[in-house]
Amino acid sequence: MFVRLVFESFRREKRRKLLAGVAITLGVGVATAMIAVATDIGDKVGRELRTYGANLIVTPQEDSLDLEIAGVNLKPPSDGAYLNEADLPKIKGMFWRNNIVGFSPMLPVSANVKINGGEQEVSLLGTYFAKAIRFGKEGFVTGVRNTHPWWKVQGSWPKDDSDSAEVLVGQRLAAALAMQPGETLEIDRQPHRVAGILSTGGPEDNQLVVPLLLAQQILGRAGAVRRVYVSALTKPEDAFARRDPKSLSPAMYDRWYCSPYAQSIAYQLQEAIPFSHAEQIRQVAQNEGTVLSRIKGLMLLMTLAALLASALAVSAAMATAIFERRHDVGLMKALGAADVSVASLFFAESALLALLGGLVGFAGGSLLAGQIGRSIFDSKLSVQPVLLPIVLLIAVIVTFAGSASAIRRAVKLDPVHALRGGG
Amino acid sequence: MKLATQTPARTRRAGSSRPSMFLRMLWRAAILRKGRAATALLAMVVGAAVATTMLNLFIDVQAKLRTEFRKYGANVVVIAKDGGSLPPDALHLAEEALAGRGTAVPFAYAVARTQDGQSVVVAGTDFDRVRQMNSWWSVNAWPRATHQALLGRRASKSVSPNGQPFDLSFHGRRIRLQPAGILQTGAGEDSRIYLSLEDFESWTNVPASTIEIAASGSAEDVESVMQKLAASISVGRVSAVRQIAEGEASVLGKTRATLMAVSILIIATAALCVLATLMGWVFDRRRDFAIMKALGASENLIRGFFAAEAAALGAVGAALGFAIGIGVAAWIGRSNFQAPVTPRFGLLPIVFAGSIAVALVAALLPISLLRRIQPAMILRGE
Repeated sequence: MFVRLVFESFRREKRRKLLAGVAITLGVGVATAMIAVATDIGDKVGRELRTYGANLIVTPQEDSLDLEIAGVNLKPPSDGAYLNEADLPKIKGMFWRNNIVGFSPMLPVSANVKINGGEQEVSLLGTYFAKAIRFGKEGFVTGVRNTHPWWKVQGSWPKDDSDSAEVLVGQRLAAALAMQPGETLEIDRQPHRVAGILSTGGPEDNQLVVPLLLAQQILGRAGAVRRVYVSALTKPEDAFARRDPKSLSPAMYDRWYCSPYAQSIAYQLQEAIPFSHAEQIRQVAQNEGTVLSRIKGLMLLMTLAALLASALAVSAAMATAIFERRHDVGLMKALGAADVSVASLFFAESALLALLGGLVGFAGGSLLAGQIGRSIFDSKLSVQPVLLPIVLLIAVIVTFAGSASAIRRAVKLDPVHALRGGG
Repeated sequence: MKLATQTPARTRRAGSSRPSMFLRMLWRAAILRKGRAATALLAMVVGAAVATTMLNLFIDVQAKLRTEFRKYGANVVVIAKDGGSLPPDALHLAEEALAGRGTAVPFAYAVARTQDGQSVVVAGTDFDRVRQMNSWWSVNAWPRATHQALLGRRASKSVSPNGQPFDLSFHGRRIRLQPAGILQTGAGEDSRIYLSLEDFESWTNVPASTIEIAASGSAEDVESVMQKLAASISVGRVSAVRQIAEGEASVLGKTRATLMAVSILIIATAALCVLATLMGWVFDRRRDFAIMKALGASENLIRGFFAAEAAALGAVGAALGFAIGIGVAAWIGRSNFQAPVTPRFGLLPIVFAGSIAVALVAALLPISLLRRIQPAMILRGE
């Protein structure tokens, strides 16, 4: 009988049920999409912030002072210490390897370059462009195209192997020498093709950027690397991040080591590469943390506001739906139904409505979140299936809360008034 | 129903002036059905509040985020052409171009030798300005007196490992400096020694060659500052720091797009829920509608009555919702950006118009549906 009452109520009052159901569906849909966006926004914006380039730098431990003014290096190339290129793939064997977006080794040298008949001394920068590297069974591609996304090339990017003999020319140097992509120049009497003109807004505009192997040949030191820029996804720094790992208890040390702070990733880089010193580039790393926590906080607060608004909207819709049924209440009571059974009938209906609306809303919200992720961040924004029971539970609770006062009022109503239609 | 219970005498008395009767009907409708009116009003208030919060945040958050991005430091650099130096009034010209919307910091560089013959880059700058622009510099103590220096982390290890005073020489001229603090940035600054510009110029006679500028505002604002700089400082090459400008553009663009999507979503939900609630409310009053019609009210009068009721509800809801929304936006601003979000009263007409429009649609849609039904059918309860 009870089941039939509920069933018939849904069958006969399609319009009202639909209105309340739409409200619940919309509320749950928006809530699901917002939760998905808010939980994933940190990761997504973190990746966008990597546009600022590398946030960690690895240098040789026993290096002499840099002599660099406005990006021009005055240090003789023979001076100072080097890292070994063969150690670099180990970066992808670290604990936080999946947070490493990319790395590029740098080796500045200078060489005699013969262009269009004239000869002059030019600074060269050896690096990876997009080099395929293997560590164990895993292969990956890394280089300045990951770590320096603001570098723009007119023409094409060179290949990383030295026998392709391709180079990039900085845009100011190219303008001074009237170079075009496709022309040839001689570095140490070897012919090289200009693959493209590089524009960075930095000192590289006055340099030649060449494959690392070529710079090593010019320097005469195989495997030499001056410094490595590492771009990593990190967690905003807090007081715990700044603790000295040596002063931590073993349990605390594990927690510190297993958090993706810039500090702990730098520490692991130092472990991975022998005789190295790794450090965060504070301009990038520090501000990244601030911007990230601001955007995350904003989304969290907006999610709260959205959840509250959805809850109130669902409550209002439920109150309306039940208020309209006071005739039925009057009739049931006149026929001798107890208050408890009337109330439980309404609660059962509300629960059913909440579950149906919740399911549809969750599906819709997931689609919506996916759409937002695709259109804004060009990547998937997935909704965890774990969220489904939580969202359904919240939907039922909110629906009950919204119906409770209306149900109480309906039950308390004198059947005579209800049936007469007064209110 | 309530109209039917009124005595003919009272109806006549009130009917002596039509506007007052109209107002009384509106008023009694709200009073007699407090519960229903309150539910509808609540929905309206929530909708308006959410819309106000979202619109206010959407406008203000971009400005707030821009100030966060300025902490990344200089986005424009002026460097003297061909390794020369900038004229003495260059800093003044740069400040004029900025017109108070940003910071300009002068830098002068020279390569000096330490006592043991090692080369080191020495820079002269304005410490107060640097401190303002490069908030990421980690410095344990800033220099306060003359002949005090700020040592980069790596430079300090080689020139003054124990914090003792040290000598530097440049083209035969010597200077004795007292280390004030250690600077750590993780970049080129770590290998340098920083002095005040006055100390630096009196020692080396080398004037400033670089001005780093953190210009605030949108991309167009920064572009116009660059054009002014290029015009006023002809010996300098003005360039944008691409790394900073492009990072800012991409993150700000994505955040704005997310905010916009989320705002549209939430405002649309709020509007639809208001619509649903109000439509339920009006449908529920089809008896009033039928009685009015049975007593001879014209179609337009009834429509006008419901429209006026809905408009009043929309206006009251919008006013309350606007006040609450401004409050919520201010709270979000304070708790997230530590700076209040300025209330935008220019949004008030938009929120008002939107609320009233939604309320009118919610009221008039059911009326036109009910028009086709005979009053007798409704009164009989079908």
